[in-house]
Amino acid sequence: MTIDKFLALSQTAAELGLVNALTVLSLFLSYSMLNVCDLSTDGCYTLGAAAGALVAIAGHPWLSLPAAMAVGVISGFVTATLQTRMGVQSLLAGIVVNTGLYSVNMALTGNRATLNMNKTATVFSMAKELLRGTPLAGQSALLVMLIVVALVAAFLCAFLKTKLGLAIRATGNNADMVRSSSINPTFTTTVGLCVSNAFTALSGALMAQQQKNFEINMGSGMVTVALASLLIGGVFFARHKPVPLRALGAVLGAVLFRIVYALALRFNMPAFMLKLVSSVIVVLAISGPYLRKRIPLAIRRWRASREGGRA
Amino acid sequence: MLRMEHVHKTFSPGTPDEKKALIDFSLTVAEGDFVSIIGANGAGKSTLFNAICGSFAVDSGRILLDGRNVTMMPEHHRARMIGRLFQDPMRGTAPDMSIEENLALAAGEGGWLSRVSGKDRKAFRERLSLLGMGLEDRMRQPVGLLSGGQRQALTLLMATYHAPKVLLLDEHTAALDPGTAEKVLALTRSIVEENRITCLMITHNMQSALDLGNRTLMMDQGRIIYDVSGGERKGLTIGDLTDRFRQLSGRKLDNDRMLLTKA
Repeated sequence: MTIDKFLALSQTAAELGLVNALTVLSLFLSYSMLNVCDLSTDGCYTLGAAAGALVAIAGHPWLSLPAAMAVGVISGFVTATLQTRMGVQSLLAGIVVNTGLYSVNMALTGNRATLNMNKTATVFSMAKELLRGTPLAGQSALLVMLIVVALVAAFLCAFLKTKLGLAIRATGNNADMVRSSSINPTFTTTVGLCVSNAFTALSGALMAQQQKNFEINMGSGMVTVALASLLIGGVFFARHKPVPLRALGAVLGAVLFRIVYALALRFNMPAFMLKLVSSVIVVLAISGPYLRKRIPLAIRRWRASREGGRA
Repeated sequence: MLRMEHVHKTFSPGTPDEKKALIDFSLTVAEGDFVSIIGANGAGKSTLFNAICGSFAVDSGRILLDGRNVTMMPEHHRARMIGRLFQDPMRGTAPDMSIEENLALAAGEGGWLSRVSGKDRKAFRERLSLLGMGLEDRMRQPVGLLSGGQRQALTLLMATYHAPKVLLLDEHTAALDPGTAEKVLALTRSIVEENRITCLMITHNMQSALDLGNRTLMMDQGRIIYDVSGGERKGLTIGDLTDRFRQLSGRKLDNDRMLLTKA
């Protein structure tokens, strides 16, 4: 692999990584801050992609992004309502919404499983147009993504420092304490899930536009892929570090994950392995600390049983 | 200040596990009173606090706080008027958030989108320095790094940041080592006295039940069986209390923790 080829490969991987970084930031809010594992992520990602693609195809590439975020907010609101006001368990609420969203997405696209955007003006084609002839022309997509991710990350960090943001963090940390501070955890959970799902949907919309294609299954497994990236990011900046550093870690995790994945593809790993690799990373990252405690205990137990109670 | 009128609460009614936790419970606490509450496990002491806080809806009866009927008011609305500390020092604070951020939530000043200002920080520093634990120099550290005693002191500060109408202390020093417990108890006393906060304190330590405050309640099986204050209370000893319990409940005080805990 030549240097040029490696750079081109890394650039595409970084673009895709930054697109996914938005979903990872979304999970950073819902999973790391609010302590809710939002399993509607897959469907919401596709929902944003569908809504964004439709608006872009209708001739409004810039409007497609707020449109995607708006449907994401609605999806997040439904998930939050199910778990805070209707007694549906948190995980089940996500799964139920995720399942329902498949039909919603198909209905949105008019029962089409794909939408082709080869000739559609997207935020990426607009940016390319804008930068034509400048030295940055080749990096227009990367630039768009850097700007979007920077904006979202900056918003998230500022948001988490407001009283509302603090209340959301406290809800995930100690809901009792939130109630005793006269704050309704139902409200904070709802706001948190609305905001996080807006980012997930934005992420999906940008992915469809970057790929110039919408596909009904494009979100499948996204929650695991994003969780894997988030947990990789957590290696850089652990739990007790300041929020902005942890958000940066989440973005780095997403990009790194994508680059390693691209390299693995170069070395002939089949593309279908992505999801298994993600699953294994998530399992390792979550069960690692647990096993580290259990294994020494298991070894001691085995030794004790070998001694067979001899004094 | 606090009035409870004929409050009933039964858990799991109609099942073999039915438990009458509060039975026709009436209590009036005057403003500025410091009431200590003793009783064996299962007497309904914590249920009483949960009822006041609104952790559940009581089955019948009325609860009035500062003249307002709060019987059906949601928990987080009542919280404005109530401060509460639990035995577990972990329950009152968010461990992953800094001291400053925890205090900001307790202070609750400003709108949803406001941030912690320099002025807030200065106020937090002043309050923290009153604890005498050096926490004012660690405001950016996560609360999870503090010791149990420090966390409980911080929780006390948070619960009384705006003097509540009533402060509920549920064995808040029982999980601390004796030295720390004494320190937290002294802090409690000074904060409560300084702000003239009406206070209810559950304790298993009979000596501090008699030492602290101006009134003592003894609870058994969802009722108050002994309510003592004023001159009669002054002369009481731990022995008197256990005798009184046996006499009034018809049973021996079977709680080792209560019997064994001396000053």
